[in-house]
Amino acid sequence: MTARPPVTDWSTDFDHTDPQWVTDPFPIWDDLRATCPVAHTDRYGGAWLPVTHEGVAAVAYDTEHFTSRSVIVSELRPGDEELPAPIGIAPPITSDPPFHALARRLLLPAFGPKRVDALEPYTRALCNELLDKIGERTEFDAAAEYAQDIPLRVIARMLGFPEKDAAQFRHFIRMVIEDVDASAEERLAQIDAGELDAYLDARIEEHLAEPRDDLTSFLLNAELDGNKLHPDHVRGTMVLLMIAGIDTTWSAIGASLWHLSQHPDDRKRLASEPALMDTAIEEFLRAYAPVTMARLVAKDFDFNGCPMKEGDWLLLPFPAANRDPEFFADADSVELDRAVNRHAAFGLGIHRCIGSNLARMELRVALEEWVKRYPDFELADPGAVSWSAGQVRGPRTVPVRILS
Amino acid sequence: MQVHVNPQLCQGHNRCYAIAPELFEVDDEGNATELHGGAVPAALEEKARLAVANCPEYAITLTEDS
Repeated sequence: MTARPPVTDWSTDFDHTDPQWVTDPFPIWDDLRATCPVAHTDRYGGAWLPVTHEGVAAVAYDTEHFTSRSVIVSELRPGDEELPAPIGIAPPITSDPPFHALARRLLLPAFGPKRVDALEPYTRALCNELLDKIGERTEFDAAAEYAQDIPLRVIARMLGFPEKDAAQFRHFIRMVIEDVDASAEERLAQIDAGELDAYLDARIEEHLAEPRDDLTSFLLNAELDGNKLHPDHVRGTMVLLMIAGIDTTWSAIGASLWHLSQHPDDRKRLASEPALMDTAIEEFLRAYAPVTMARLVAKDFDFNGCPMKEGDWLLLPFPAANRDPEFFADADSVELDRAVNRHAAFGLGIHRCIGSNLARMELRVALEEWVKRYPDFELADPGAVSWSAGQVRGPRTVPVRILS
Repeated sequence: MQVHVNPQLCQGHNRCYAIAPELFEVDDEGNATELHGGAVPAALEEKARLAVANCPEYAITLTEDS
């Protein structure tokens, strides 16, 4: 891993992997909103950063000037020739119109409210199994021992991957979305090593030999315009579901527990007013939105006075939009009963997170079961809390002490 | 009072359905539509306002009876 110089000027040299951003990005965004609402950096070969709700929304809705061909900013900038257009490497998140709508419509029913409701009993049983496993211990890591395993096992189940492969998933996820400050050569070497492809091939083989009622068999049998999906499409979507469905929700559950561990009044309210959960979940999603997306500039144009050039990166921080005081009253205050909350945690426009219903169900069930089991708890060691680097932000260590 | 979901703007966030399942339904793809031709009974007016105010895409419009 390359050592990076620390950021000294956030408006002209930002870096979302800088320890300051990773630990506490909110003051950085506040300063930029006041001084430079679209920041720039020469790092990663050049990238832009809007930090207002208005700026983030404008980019999310503009599929003419911005392409989703790559959505993870790294030193490895995709060239046109490297990705199978118009599908992109992980459809539909990396697809543009008009192909995007086809690939998305195919997947939508699997993540619609009804299908997600059907997964709730499994998720609730899983949460209780994890809590049972913690047993009588009163000090443990809520991120690693609880939050992490919930989306990991739900996604493994949906894809029909062996649950025992959980550690391997973690490895792939780290490779794709956390090690983004690796050099271009290091990232290429990782891809070339073919570990992820070999893993997916093995799962595909199993499913071809013995089809099942899961998303992998669904993708293998799915058709677009009367043709089976291109093998790259199947593989890309499998990667997307595995990568995007796990760290994101893990982050949301972990950040919610991290918040509650430090706010006794909120803990008390949630434990005594179950009906508060509806607005509480949306507020946790707003205040601690895990996901920052990215785009590539599709053609030269002027955006709010910024001369954007084809091929520039653009980091799309939905978490910053969610803290914009121009858009939200008391944006930095976490109010579990916030009734009006038009947050953008799941993005805006055609790329709205396809797993939003699933994520919301997992977050709700995880918090409901946690609060039932542990109505009172606190952060045991604030200094030991660590946050993930990259475009999915959440606490990876939340040492808690159970009080009752 | 009447509510209406603009299908061109709805992206399936499902916030309206979560807030007011009495007023909205969602199809298998998650796209929302208003129930009962959009008519809002008096008892559900507050819920209708909240559904409108929480839609991230500004896809729902509300018409007050004159």
